Amino acid sequence: MTAKISYADVEAGTELPAQTFPVTRATLVRYAGASGDFNPIHWNERFAKEVGLPDVIAHGMFTMAEAIRVVTDWVGDPGAVVEYGVRFTRPVVVPDDDKGALIEVSGKVAAKLDDHTVRVDLTATSDGQKVLGMARAVVRLP
Amino acid sequence: MALDQSFVGRSYPPTDPYEVGREKIREFAEAVGDANPAYTDAEAAKALGHPDVIAPPTFVFSITFQAAGQVVADPRLGLDYSRVVHGDQKFVYNRPVRAGDRLTVTSTIEKIRSMAGNEVLDIRGDVHDQDGEHVVTAWTKLVARAAEEA
Repeated sequence: MTAKISYADVEAGTELPAQTFPVTRATLVRYAGASGDFNPIHWNERFAKEVGLPDVIAHGMFTMAEAIRVVTDWVGDPGAVVEYGVRFTRPVVVPDDDKGALIEVSGKVAAKLDDHTVRVDLTATSDGQKVLGMARAVVRLP
Repeated sequence: MALDQSFVGRSYPPTDPYEVGREKIREFAEAVGDANPAYTDAEAAKALGHPDVIAPPTFVFSITFQAAGQVVADPRLGLDYSRVVHGDQKFVYNRPVRAGDRLTVTSTIEKIRSMAGNEVLDIRGDVHDQDGEHVVTAWTKLVARAAEEA
């Protein structure tokens, strides 16, 4: 596998293939274990409601990890990411059922930069609400 | 109560090295459902020019956030962690994290602001490998929400 996209092939405005990522309570338990973030707002409904949340919410870092997949799947090489930042604007609420929630992510090349890099702007929504703000990645392409 | 501005610019001692294991990378990649072979197959990673399997872009947060715990738990700073939410996160990579890395993190408080009763804390985590080379820097914005009036 090599990087699938070359700098010369990309223009500002190029749309990346959008993806939808499911997240259930089981996903969150698994992510808690893998990341070491055991904050109970991500798995304990009673605790989440006590601190004023509507229900258990996904880890912001889980949402951030899913959103960049639109970029890394497009590029092929995850090592091409040189910069990645997001703002957590709204929680992804994950109900206690078999379907859970969906995180829908799209991306667009916002600008071609120097040194064979491009900036991709990402949009992530769940239940029709924007869950990430200022979600941007810079990737270096061959 | 407003956080002490004299903490701005303060750096904490580097953490003990965290050794990045290939099975830990696999566990993380599976947890986020990412089947990219660069995370699990050394040959696939080498075909992309990496010396070994690499970690997904956000993997390093587990390490930098643990390091930021020194700041968050510093009793002299007086942050009420039960009211803290993660506001922003940014990474700037010199190279991807990879299996076998022994990473140390130096955390620095970059900024403290009070906004509408909330305390906003910006922590920078500079991550270096066993050779002292810079790997990635993580910027973490934590927001401690104002306590409700009793």
